[in-house]
Amino acid sequence: MPVLSARVTYPLSLGRILGEPAPMAHDHHDHDHGHDHGPDHGQEPPADIALRVKALESLLVEKGLVDPAALDAIVDYYETKVGPRNGAQVVARAWTDPAYRERLCQDATAAIAELGFTGRQGEHMVAVENASGIHNLVVCTLCSCYPWTVLGLPPVWYKSAPYRSRAVIDPRGVLAEFGTELDADVEVRVWDSTAEIRYLVIPERPAGTEALSVEALAGLVTRDGMIGTARL
Amino acid sequence: MNGVHDMGGMHGLGPVAPEADEPVFHAAWEARVHALVLASPTRGNIDSGRHRRELIPGPDYLRMTYYEKWLAGLTGMLVEGGLVTAEELASGRADPKAPRSEPRLAGPAVVAAMSQPSSYVREIAQPARFKLGQAVRARNLNPTGHTRLPRYVRGRVGVIEAMRGAHVFPDSHAHEGGESPHHLYAVHFDARELWGPQAAERDSVVLDLWEPYLDAV
Repeated sequence: MPVLSARVTYPLSLGRILGEPAPMAHDHHDHDHGHDHGPDHGQEPPADIALRVKALESLLVEKGLVDPAALDAIVDYYETKVGPRNGAQVVARAWTDPAYRERLCQDATAAIAELGFTGRQGEHMVAVENASGIHNLVVCTLCSCYPWTVLGLPPVWYKSAPYRSRAVIDPRGVLAEFGTELDADVEVRVWDSTAEIRYLVIPERPAGTEALSVEALAGLVTRDGMIGTARL
Repeated sequence: MNGVHDMGGMHGLGPVAPEADEPVFHAAWEARVHALVLASPTRGNIDSGRHRRELIPGPDYLRMTYYEKWLAGLTGMLVEGGLVTAEELASGRADPKAPRSEPRLAGPAVVAAMSQPSSYVREIAQPARFKLGQAVRARNLNPTGHTRLPRYVRGRVGVIEAMRGAHVFPDSHAHEGGESPHHLYAVHFDARELWGPQAAERDSVVLDLWEPYLDAV
């Protein structure tokens, strides 16, 4: 099985994979999407990384360690089965069903499971409610912990050094960059996800939405609203 | 370990840069890395996996994108777990003498596996040492191994805001020390206790901290 393409002019060495300095190609045409990785602040993966990943996958398949069909199914799951629309359903239900809201505040993991959202990085959920005097914001300063079951995989900025470093020391500055200005008499409460507890912010329900259906309300709930970087 | 991954409170790492209509993955290889990490039968666990990424040298950690770090962590764990040799990585070919495995996770089982929660809560006989509302001080600990006690709270005083039950203890679990569960607490710190007078008076930070990280005040 041809594992390494002829375009790879050096071996797939462990040192390269573990992050030793690599010859940085500036020919962006080698990228899958030729995209500008702007949000990573100049971080640009080595041009050959797609080939390195392909070589590693081929090796693991050849050794019988992974099933390529499982890889396809995992990618599909995280691209189509989980995402912020799950969390939006939880929030809209909490806005419209006081008994559900109570259950969500008592045991968010169970209340979220009622809607069918269970799994990895959602094992121990806690819902934190915004109100007139309190605004909640979620971060993981040590890595990139995020409630996958209700929000899907995190955006690049959430995983980035700027957000991880600043959310705890300068939450109001970070919020302002998202266009969210808060009065001084509002408590900004930052939740640093240091354990396996995962946090879902329940935003305040926008005014004038009394007549909307649960489905229409869910359409108003944004990912950033449930991280806490935005208000609705 | 006091690595660059422990970046809460650092300055100078740039502005936050949200991206409009961000895709789940920015390139096909990122999606494959994500899937490989979840499907590969490494001999590690969630905590040893995190620690493996923390061991990436600081300058590289800051330079690498998220999925590059995942690739580095996965590769390291595969080699350290004896599942893949450095020679196989260098050649890209399986050692013909090595036994062939059967994949742990088959395609049809994926949705059930991804939807299956794996609790980190454990029952322990030892009662919780702290109670709701109690003041506690985060210990000044500087272990060279894995810990989930960020530098920015060490030595600071907070209040127990919630009891989380006993959870698997990462400082042990990352290092083949077993789960060694301990009581976990949400601890509420005033922002000014952490950052001084520059912080807004009412603001606060809450962290989930294990009992061995805390002392009574």
